[in-house]
Amino acid sequence: MMKWLPILMLSLLPVFAHAGEAKDLADDPVLEKRMVVLAEKLRCLVCQNESLASSHAELAEDLRREVREQMSLGKSDQEIIDYLVSRYGDFVLYDPPMKSYTVLLWFGPFALLLIGVGMLLYQVRKRRQTVPETQLSDEAQKRAAALLNDQE
Amino acid sequence: MMRFILPLVIFLALAAFLFKGLSLDPREVPSPLIDKPAPAFTLPQLHNPKKQFSPADMKGKVWMLNVWASWCVSCRDEHPLLVSLAEQKTVAIYGLNYKDKRADAELWLQRGGDPYVLSVSDTEGRIGIEYGVYGVPETYVIDKQGVIRYKQIGPVTMQSLSDTILPLVAKLEKE
Repeated sequence: MMKWLPILMLSLLPVFAHAGEAKDLADDPVLEKRMVVLAEKLRCLVCQNESLASSHAELAEDLRREVREQMSLGKSDQEIIDYLVSRYGDFVLYDPPMKSYTVLLWFGPFALLLIGVGMLLYQVRKRRQTVPETQLSDEAQKRAAALLNDQE
Repeated sequence: MMRFILPLVIFLALAAFLFKGLSLDPREVPSPLIDKPAPAFTLPQLHNPKKQFSPADMKGKVWMLNVWASWCVSCRDEHPLLVSLAEQKTVAIYGLNYKDKRADAELWLQRGGDPYVLSVSDTEGRIGIEYGVYGVPETYVIDKQGVIRYKQIGPVTMQSLSDTILPLVAKLEKE
């Protein structure tokens, strides 16, 4: 039994390590929920593929605090987003705005799709021209029908 | 012939884009604060917390604001460069000590040398957010009107100094 005790204690370590995050929760659950909904739409600048809501980076924690504070001051979601964009740029938004330099981002995939469809149509049409319709004699027609019916 | 050339052209274009991507740093996010007034703040000075400093005090001067911390590893890389830059006295460097403990920060300056005219303590990182700081070190060049003209993300290097920062400072001094 004594042999297993250290392993048991080690396996409990993550439980205690987790305890540090509790301080992130605000007293007001309604505000906290609103903060999380907003933070889901924002990008953490340190670990760029995580949202501000899910990131554990210290900066994300600070930014959540900032969002929370601005909310409790009565600012609207849009005002808070505008503030963060004015400090960190459009990069904080997961939903990039439509601007002259994001046209390619928004419409590039559709342009590629159109090019693909165009090429497909071109190829199909070309092939149709190169494969001639073969004329069958009555004899061959009958044989073909017989073969096809046989398969049924 | 066309059936070989077209895929080759597409491949070359893709390869060119991917090759370009190799030299781009996704961590470098362009700052929207360039050519905007430096956000105002009033913070206690690191060495003398009873005294305060505010960017408004710097009107009429070209200066650099360097965001640093004793826990920041890349700050160690750029620090000797800042010290030698301070010795040349070409531009005044002010420090924003970001999310640091005062004792740690002072010890760090004692060991590595203090290139700053003065440093201010942003213990909670609030002014960092105002300036769009997301990775320390970061350095801002601010002109006589108090407008941010350049932001260096990551450590200042010999190259960024001689290619960008020093020529910009010289130009701003004449404005």
